[in-house]
Amino acid sequence: MKLAMGPILYFWSRDEVFGFYRDLARLPVDIVYLGETVCSKRRTLTLADWQLLAERLANAGKEVLLSTLTLLESESELRTMRRIVNNGGFAVEANDMAAVSVAAQAGVPFVAGPHLNSYNQATLELLAELGAMRWVAPMEMSRETMVGMQERRPSGLQTELFVYGRMPLAFSARCFTARNRDLPKDECGLCCADYPEGMQLATQEGEQFLVLNGIQTQSGRICNLLREIPDLAALGVDVVRLSPRSRRMEEIVEVFHQAVTGEGVTQELYDRLVHGEREEQCNGYWFGEAGMVVRE
Amino acid sequence: MKQIELICPAGSLPALKAAVDSGADAVYMGFRDATNARNFPGLNFDADGARKGIRYAHERGVKVLLALNTFPQPGSWEHWCKAVDQAATLGFDALIMADPGLMRYAARTHPGMRLHLSVQGSATSYEAINFYREQFGIQRAVLPRVLSFAQVRHLVANTEVEIEVFGFGSLCVMVEGRCTLSSYVTGESPNTCGACSPAKAVRWEEDASGRRSRLNGVLIDSYGPGESAGYPVLCKGRFQVNGRVDYAIEEPTSLSLLDHLPELLQAGVTALKVEGRQRSPAYVRQVTRVMRQALDACLADPENYRPAGEWVAQLDRVAEGTTHTLGALDRAWQ
Repeated sequence: MKLAMGPILYFWSRDEVFGFYRDLARLPVDIVYLGETVCSKRRTLTLADWQLLAERLANAGKEVLLSTLTLLESESELRTMRRIVNNGGFAVEANDMAAVSVAAQAGVPFVAGPHLNSYNQATLELLAELGAMRWVAPMEMSRETMVGMQERRPSGLQTELFVYGRMPLAFSARCFTARNRDLPKDECGLCCADYPEGMQLATQEGEQFLVLNGIQTQSGRICNLLREIPDLAALGVDVVRLSPRSRRMEEIVEVFHQAVTGEGVTQELYDRLVHGEREEQCNGYWFGEAGMVVRE
Repeated sequence: MKQIELICPAGSLPALKAAVDSGADAVYMGFRDATNARNFPGLNFDADGARKGIRYAHERGVKVLLALNTFPQPGSWEHWCKAVDQAATLGFDALIMADPGLMRYAARTHPGMRLHLSVQGSATSYEAINFYREQFGIQRAVLPRVLSFAQVRHLVANTEVEIEVFGFGSLCVMVEGRCTLSSYVTGESPNTCGACSPAKAVRWEEDASGRRSRLNGVLIDSYGPGESAGYPVLCKGRFQVNGRVDYAIEEPTSLSLLDHLPELLQAGVTALKVEGRQRSPAYVRQVTRVMRQALDACLADPENYRPAGEWVAQLDRVAEGTTHTLGALDRAWQ
């Protein structure tokens, strides 16, 4: 089983992004997804910058993919998506059917991203015929559904599951970060840069509920399927995905590395992962329950 | 002359008749299970009801569309395929679908069947819509409520697929088909169960300080004594962000394009959809009647079209939150 680092979902500075991947190059991660998947206004890195990072990480032995924007609205966003798909070197993570279409036409191998709604074998067959090398399960996929998917997935198509981080749950035309700051989206001042792990949204009772990340809404709780790693391996899941955080990433990677290469997941390992975290963890989706639920 | 079809919701046979009698060009319905995105108790049609509804509509020259727009999973795949097969024998004018695998099944098994891409298909660009056209021969796509007027115009100009937009009804704030907030809280989402913020997860509490609405235990909103309270759709509650309690995502409000019909006509939009299969026949009658009058006025003389004050008032009375917005069509909303 391989370990993947998903795309950075937050808006970090150029230095922070370069620093993050400089550290990641020497960490035991097998696959790295690069690029902006949330908001096209976040342009501190150009495609050339991402390609430079991709080359560095590839030289460090990683499988590198360039990810495309999830919500495509304007012609300029389509143009950027086409440039990413036709980058000439790296495979891509297609996060919208528009990107699947462009990749299929160009013969570029792609990973079918987590928001393409791959819920059944027929959809997997279609994606595989179009050139998908791997599919990422939707956030809400349960173990039961995954068993069915794995039983009849097309041969050669790898399976990837999101196992750690705040889950991206929704996308909108509206920017909720700018809304909170009373700024129009067109003059947002890139205020999401002030929130390296998003803006916390709590209920009126103070319960940590969701996280606002520009046009994206994330789970308030951290999806944590560390304990399920041995089961995922038994189900033939090929890749598990971690989602970038602004701190403790090295330790998180090491814990998961130990889990995917080791003999099992001990309580000690689990405690090491959650130690010092303020956020609650959750794993409900995997057990067919509400996503926010914590199943011990 | 250019036309815009009026597509109205039919959650029940009385609602279907109300829509047909009030001037709908087409109605849309779902089967009585999770194969459609309004899987609510007491709503929708079995085969016999569908047959009656189709006969009633067809006798009056009105089309009937079937929403089969949720995503089947391995355990339910056969059931969804049977729903497609059944739809083909019942004589619907088109199927509204979202799942790529199921669309492929429908296109291969029933090649004569007209397919529409559901809003749940999340196709927000001509590139995505043209993909569904090439793969499954879709004739029409319903746009997610995320594009501005300029973006809708540009999209229409770059596809031969007919474009349908939402004209009135509850406003989905997120890209349809890409929102799992509901299942995060309740275990049921539009994609998998055809439900958002399902009624069975709702709990109301009332005491001297007022009322509180909860969804699977999570506090969605609280209301002071006498304050009017709405259904706890989870993205339309009041939450704390940065020390401020507010409608952080969206307030209870409806989408209404009544004021902007000439722009839609000019953009080349083919059809205007009214949301609300979960609403009463009286709602369907009221909204259909107003939208029919408005469309007729607009089609007759688009340059001088002005919505009548009474239309706006009538729609606002039945709207969620009793106010209306253009949603993402207006950049300022975004």
